[in-house]
Amino acid sequence: MYNPLEDSLTIADKTFTSRLLIGSARYPNNQIMLDSIAASGAQIVTVAIRRVDLSAGGETVLDLLEGDYHILPNTAGCFTAKDAVLTAQLAREALETNWIKLEVIGDRETLYPDVEHLLAAADEMVRDGFTVLPYCTDDPITCRKLVDLGCAAVMPLGSPIGSGMGVLNPYNIEIIRAENTVPVIVDAGIGTASDAALAMELGCDGVLLASAVSRARDPVRMATAMRHGVEAGRHAYLAGRIPRKRHADASSPKTGVIGT
Amino acid sequence: MTSIRVNGEEKELRVATVLDLLAAEEVDATARFVAVAINGVVVPRGRWQEAMVNPGDDVEIVRPAPGG
Repeated sequence: MYNPLEDSLTIADKTFTSRLLIGSARYPNNQIMLDSIAASGAQIVTVAIRRVDLSAGGETVLDLLEGDYHILPNTAGCFTAKDAVLTAQLAREALETNWIKLEVIGDRETLYPDVEHLLAAADEMVRDGFTVLPYCTDDPITCRKLVDLGCAAVMPLGSPIGSGMGVLNPYNIEIIRAENTVPVIVDAGIGTASDAALAMELGCDGVLLASAVSRARDPVRMATAMRHGVEAGRHAYLAGRIPRKRHADASSPKTGVIGT
Repeated sequence: MTSIRVNGEEKELRVATVLDLLAAEEVDATARFVAVAINGVVVPRGRWQEAMVNPGDDVEIVRPAPGG
């Protein structure tokens, strides 16, 4: 029998049995969030860092998730390296973790990474002792630079954040996987379970998703689908797919057919 | 009175320390997962009682929120 413990995901100094990382935002309510995350099997859950909102009450998302998951704060919404670095430092103070999902976006319409600021922020954060997991463009050069700076993983987008368009450039993702030794995690754009499976079939080490589950009609069921999608894709990758051919290749014996 | 920028908003406040500022802003200083920065530098919780807030300072008070 396949033993998932023999196929763990190691990022920096931590090892996980799940290869699905999941967000905590935009669920219909907290209970559905908790049920969905549990159904996904994810062990790493992302959170944002935001200015205190007194109207939101005293409980934070951390009060709900703490203890059960490895919390990964992000720098979502930051447009500059300076803001991203300060957000990471505030996250470290608030959550007592050196881990950070680094996001620096260029504009609100595409939410595409600003590579110049991303590289500058990654450099500063690594020097400051952070375990940096950058959300980045799906280009091999940027990923290589992030790895050279000391990032613990690279997280190229499959397609724009929240777009649900899946993995638009599987060839680049394969190149990024082949060229780097750190974990490659497809982050953003996953719309449904087959997208997650494809990312894993390309050899990715994990998938990070949020809206695909939280905005689904039935988030708990979609979380279940994603769990299976990631596992199926990983199994298929490890099993080794057959090569594509232009012509048929019968699986039944060619000899002994009646009437011949 | 002291003019301080708190979470992007200019405020006239009579405060000396970070702890005073949190009280003035009705932020529970004992609440977990709260972090404070002044002028781009994080002030660790252990220093809130003595860290001074000065006129013109830019203060950020944050905590975790749902995220992706």
